[in-house]
Amino acid sequence: MSTKKQRIVIIGATSLIAEHCARLWVMQASSDMILVGRDSARMEQIATDLKVRSPGSQIKCMQADFIAADKITELVASIKNEGAVDIVLIAHGSLPDQQKCQQDLLLCQDTLLINGLSPVLFAEAFATSMQKANRGTLAIIGSVAGDRGRKSNYIYGSAKGLVSRYVQGMQHRFANTRVKIVLIKPGPTDTPMTSHLKQQGAKLASAEEVALHIVNGISKGALTIYAPPIWKLIMMIVRHIPAFLFNRLNI
Amino acid sequence: MVAVSSWGRLNRLEHDVIAIADRRLASQQICQSHPGIAHGMGRSYGDVCLNPGGILWKSTGLDRLIQFDEQTGRLVCEAGVLLRDIQRLMVPRGWMLAVTPGTQLVTVGGAIANDVHGKNHHVHGSFGNHLLQLTLLRTDGEIIECGPLHHANWFAATVGGLGLTGFILTAEIQLRRVAGPWLESETIPYANLEEFFTLADDSETGFEHTVSWIDCLSGGRGLFMRANHSSHQQLFTNKPSKWRIPLVPPVSLINKYNLAPFNSTYYHLKKSHTGRSIVHYEPFMYPLDNVQDWNRLYGPGGFYQYQSVVPREAGMDATRAMLQEISRSGEGSFLAVLKTFGEIVSAGMLSFPRPGVTLALDFPNNGENTLRLFERLDKIVGEAGGRIYAAKDARMPRSLFVSGYPRLAEFMPLRDPGISSAMSRRLIGS
Ligand SMILES: Cc1cc2nc3c(=O)[nH]c(=O)nc-3n(C[C@H](O)[C@H](O)[C@H](O)COP(=O)(O)OP(=O)(O)OC[C@H]3O[C@@H](n4cnc5c(N)ncnc54)[C@H](O)[C@@H]3O)c2cc1C
Ligand SMILES: NC(=O)c1ccc[n+]([C@@H]2O[C@H](COP(=O)([O-])OP(=O)(O)OC[C@H]3O[C@@H](n4cnc5c(N)ncnc54)[C@H](OP(=O)(O)O)[C@@H]3O)[C@@H](O)[C@H]2O)c1
Repeated sequence: MSTKKQRIVIIGATSLIAEHCARLWVMQASSDMILVGRDSARMEQIATDLKVRSPGSQIKCMQADFIAADKITELVASIKNEGAVDIVLIAHGSLPDQQKCQQDLLLCQDTLLINGLSPVLFAEAFATSMQKANRGTLAIIGSVAGDRGRKSNYIYGSAKGLVSRYVQGMQHRFANTRVKIVLIKPGPTDTPMTSHLKQQGAKLASAEEVALHIVNGISKGALTIYAPPIWKLIMMIVRHIPAFLFNRLNI
Repeated sequence: MVAVSSWGRLNRLEHDVIAIADRRLASQQICQSHPGIAHGMGRSYGDVCLNPGGILWKSTGLDRLIQFDEQTGRLVCEAGVLLRDIQRLMVPRGWMLAVTPGTQLVTVGGAIANDVHGKNHHVHGSFGNHLLQLTLLRTDGEIIECGPLHHANWFAATVGGLGLTGFILTAEIQLRRVAGPWLESETIPYANLEEFFTLADDSETGFEHTVSWIDCLSGGRGLFMRANHSSHQQLFTNKPSKWRIPLVPPVSLINKYNLAPFNSTYYHLKKSHTGRSIVHYEPFMYPLDNVQDWNRLYGPGGFYQYQSVVPREAGMDATRAMLQEISRSGEGSFLAVLKTFGEIVSAGMLSFPRPGVTLALDFPNNGENTLRLFERLDKIVGEAGGRIYAAKDARMPRSLFVSGYPRLAEFMPLRDPGISSAMSRRLIGS
């Protein structure tokens, strides 16, 4: 029997966390990987790097529209037409300043679209064919920020919360199948998205470490992955603080 | 602003850290934000990678591989790639970096800018001897491709150039063949410096790697380690045990009260385990990499490393004199490394390695006492015609820098005026 290469699709492939996941996957075994993003030149750099790391892998880049449902349908159809997919990782996201979101409704809208609506549309576009094939893993990066709303980032957080609820429904839908729907919730991680937090002296996990938890979690079949895992405990506590207390905290 | 310290943790001062993570955007970022200095993994001990109150261009996000030729072993990569990542990727494919320092947690750019050396200097020279080309970004936006044969002056200034000639974007490195990750190593105790030099000379032809740990408090006894790459395959797996120093103790855990018994115990413990063995390259070459944050052991004051090289003719006397000064001072060093350098000419104008013998010592920062001791050591090094290693330095006087690096005048016109570090201000005035 010939061992077929894993077919892996990464949406938002220029995300630092996603890039480290891609490195880990191609280093584990040669893969047939499709990188989807908006910045082709950047994706080419990543694809070249992955090819050097894993000469046996095939890496293809595709530029995409992240919001328009018809474009997403088209793109995902073209991927599905070339064969079944083993893993889809939906990674893109954007963390703007909360204050600015409150003052600028357009930014507020973009934030909700790119962090909430867009990942759901991509996931939905892959779901039906995975159902037909009755295999594959669909993993979406949400955030610990989606676990409980708070004043310092609730626009972003509520979009991530939407993703959580969506995944919950999808896990229900696929409960008795061989398709796995996975929600990944990173804690604060050192990536371009959080460079301003770093300037404020925040303690951040490395993207490499977070990626390792994601890749291991997916291969073990986990359905929820907190990365690093300590955030599971922290968020359990945060979720259980009564509102009258929570609302007095400056977080 | 973010507080940044280098490996010696002598201070922790605010910097404006700009992450350089995309080589297409680097030019724009750097042109708009100088004066600054490149910062890799901050594994240098002193101020070569620092610029308090000013800008640091943090390069570790620039970590993409660009090209590798399996036939020739030529690797092109960005300057923020870790040597560890190159080793782990290439050793299974039968290739390895020819030269790596005692930690693999450093960037390619850092390895170039300090022209780092390893335990195999007498066979492979230093890092710059294996560079085929590099791309240098000047703060005025000019991009210079240079190598040993074209724009050779830029190349020679940048290798060992302490980050002062420009920001290195990419490098092409010639790897060397290896059969696998294993080394056949041998540890031999020596009783004094004469024995050390005999062992070093005898080992130069037959062994690729040579290094020794010296007990600096007991007149020159030590342990000599030598090794060759082995053709053994798949003997067993290297399962490194990982340690981490979780916090900074209130005082240095390495001090004059415990050092002598510590060194003595170490010597006798290791002496009883001498002989030959097969070891994985990681624990042999990078013994401390699995103890994360070991530099915290020296407490809140941090520590200095003092590394010198003196010409071979003066080597025995100068080394003996330094050891005597150290024992007399009551300051002491646990991580004391003594090693000979071979004849291979370094590629850089300000490269540290030169033929002779190099002694590297760690000292807890005991303020004035430590600095006074260094002044006495400086005198010995200066009189012997030696030099101090900038990668480890936080305090050498300007006069010793000038006498130790005779090609400084040739280097100066090639400096980038948009680059400045705490070290450059200290040693060359701007
Ligand atoms: C445990 C330990 C063992 C060591 N053993 C050895 C040894 O055996 N031999 C040896 O030679 N050294 C040794 N060193 C020193 C270390 O190898 C050097 O200090 C090395 O340069 C550190 O690399 P870095 O990436 O941390 O660079 P940094 O320390 O961050 O910077 C070092 C220099 O490189 C410059 N630089 C970094 N990136 C760039 C870039 N992209 N463009 C231009 N300039 C750049 C910086 O400006 C600075 O001048 C050791 C250090 C430690 C902590
Ligand atoms: N970093 C953290 O602390 C943290 C914590 C919890 C969750 N997360 C989540 O982790 C995921 C990965 O983020 P990261 O930390 O790796 O950050 P990152 O490196 O900054 O990546 C962000 C990614 O999102 C893409 N993106 C942003 N806005 C977009 C838009 N409008 N249209 C299309 N693509 C867009 C970016 O594309 P370009 O390269 O083209 O800009 C990039 O691929 C995100 O979903 C994020 O919300 C991160």
